[in-house]
Amino acid sequence: MGFISQHPVLVAAVVKIAVLLFIVMTALAYLTWLERKVIAHIQSRWGPYNVGAHGLLQPLADGLKFLFKEDVTPPTADRFIYTLAPFLALSLGLTTIALIPFGPPSVLFPNGQQIFSVVDLNIGLLFLFAITSMGVYGVALAGWSSNSKYALLGGLRSSAQMISYEVSLTISVVGVVLLAGTLNFNELIGGIPHGSTGQTGYWLHFIPKWNVIPQFVGFLCYLTAAIAETNRVPFDLPEAETELVAGFHTEYSAFKFAMFFMAEYANMITVSCLATILFLGGWLSPFPASWTWQNYLPGAGLLLLAVYCAWNTVSEMRGIARLQLGVVTLLAGGGGLICLYPPIAAGIQGPFWFTAKILAILFFYIWMRATLPRFRYDQLMSFGWKLLLPVSLANLVITAFVIVWPLLRKG
Amino acid sequence: MNVAIIMFFACALLAVAGAVLLILAREPIHSALALVLVMMALAVLYLLLGAPFIAAVQIIVYAGAIMVLFVFVIMLLNAGVEERTDFSKIAKFGGVPLGFLLLLEIAHWLYHSPVGTAIANGAGSSNEAADTAQLSEMLFRQYLFPFEATSILILIAILGALVLARKEQ
Amino acid sequence: MMSAVPISYYLVLSAILFGLGVVAFVFKRNIITIFMSIELMLNAVNLAFVAFARAHGQLDGLVFVFFVIVVAAAEAAVGLAIVIMLAQNRQSLNVERINLLKL
Repeated sequence: MGFISQHPVLVAAVVKIAVLLFIVMTALAYLTWLERKVIAHIQSRWGPYNVGAHGLLQPLADGLKFLFKEDVTPPTADRFIYTLAPFLALSLGLTTIALIPFGPPSVLFPNGQQIFSVVDLNIGLLFLFAITSMGVYGVALAGWSSNSKYALLGGLRSSAQMISYEVSLTISVVGVVLLAGTLNFNELIGGIPHGSTGQTGYWLHFIPKWNVIPQFVGFLCYLTAAIAETNRVPFDLPEAETELVAGFHTEYSAFKFAMFFMAEYANMITVSCLATILFLGGWLSPFPASWTWQNYLPGAGLLLLAVYCAWNTVSEMRGIARLQLGVVTLLAGGGGLICLYPPIAAGIQGPFWFTAKILAILFFYIWMRATLPRFRYDQLMSFGWKLLLPVSLANLVITAFVIVWPLLRKG
Repeated sequence: MNVAIIMFFACALLAVAGAVLLILAREPIHSALALVLVMMALAVLYLLLGAPFIAAVQIIVYAGAIMVLFVFVIMLLNAGVEERTDFSKIAKFGGVPLGFLLLLEIAHWLYHSPVGTAIANGAGSSNEAADTAQLSEMLFRQYLFPFEATSILILIAILGALVLARKEQ
Repeated sequence: MMSAVPISYYLVLSAILFGLGVVAFVFKRNIITIFMSIELMLNAVNLAFVAFARAHGQLDGLVFVFFVIVVAAAEAAVGLAIVIMLAQNRQSLNVERINLLKL
């Protein structure tokens, strides 16, 4: 007990990291399920269906398969870097999530530590960019160390692409930083005590003051650059399977391949979190605080899910699948009931809205993948440098001018 | 031994190890990675010195952009294992010891210089947000002219790189 | 918990890194690695700047680091463009092979 009371920061951080890691790893696994399901339904297919009810155990099966496959290292590969690259990619992808606040800083542990963010840095945004800017090494080194021409081409493309789009990504965000006057995530959302009001408040009493409205151009630039940064369709040139076999991870197999896969999804989650924080009001609810019924939305949503699952269990499922979906029904129903308990309902408002917004952006990502064809390499480069960069720069200049204009007129 | 001292020595060791690796490695990519290691260690030291903004810029610009450019060029040119060439005997037996002597001398004088005896307080004592705000205040008021000059420098560098990389017509 | 690393430690580390940078500059034969050793020397100088800024309690040193980083970025862009040209024209990155002004 003595140790726990003496080191409140350390203990709280370790607990939060353990819980967050568990949640994020599960989310990564089920994001793959979500992606396959959504793309399948967009293309009029069923997607994973056989492993568990509605393919719900598919991520588990995939993980086990990756664990037990033979791990092949090409004889001509640079062994050290070949092994280092996937670890680098995954660990950098997971580290960034520690900086994200999933709920308001006012919700505290009994020992005075914030519950919903692992660390609350004053220059959180800069640190997030610092970590994500290292992410390119995972891909580039994987491409180089495999000693294969396809992998090398993938690595080359990725390093050029990521340097190019990182510029636009950073500049598109600066407009928001100018409006808020801070680099701290919680202050970007909730405002500074004696400064900007962040993204709280409403226009006309019902339109939330999220940055997406004044910074709409910045938001579009950010989303485009973020898709390119995470190497997703239509910017997935580094792994373009129709040209480069599998691009930078052609030579990777078994769990090292799985690590690249997980890193890609972790990066998707990170950029979605960042978009939510910067442009969509983070953990703020879209409804005014006076609408108290919104506290019961998470519970009601889970209960609706439980009702749907129960109906589906009875009408569609047979045998073991019926049992599996029954368990899901019970979990959703129990979770929904717990979320209806007023103190908990009030406490989970922040994470609920945050998660809802992230899911919306992730759905957009998957939708893009199912809809758009891949860019050609020269199109990618000229799009990044000749369109995206000037537009985000113009957005920055106009934002700065609008902020400074009242000051200039006062003299 | 407190946390700051341990952190300092760990990062210092990493930085020196990285620099030595840079010299010993024969693959240019290994050298580049060693240099990235040095830069990361230095970024942690900047944090320890209470300069988190500089630490972040160090990683974003140096490790995340400049070194990626190096790695890109190494991959593009497919630079293989470096050829070793013979050194003259004077360089080997005279130059190396003399170099170390110079290093020792610099270290000695730095260690005993008046500024060297000042004690650095750790990152905990300074206000990080104020640090970034003060830095920008200084950059855009007192150092405005050099700042604008660097922007022109970068423009010239972009033009230079374009002219150099342009294909001959 | 955090305190008391004498500034002189940082300065000595900076000197050691600078020295290693010089050694690398002299010993390496690959033009890209030579470039990297220049970056190492710049980094060592940056460390000294930050340490001095800390010792004097002023931020001017940090502004200088900022400028050094900008200059390093510009230098890398132009330098690497030159390296690419050299490699295309001479088919070698060894500085000892690049001993003619003109081909």
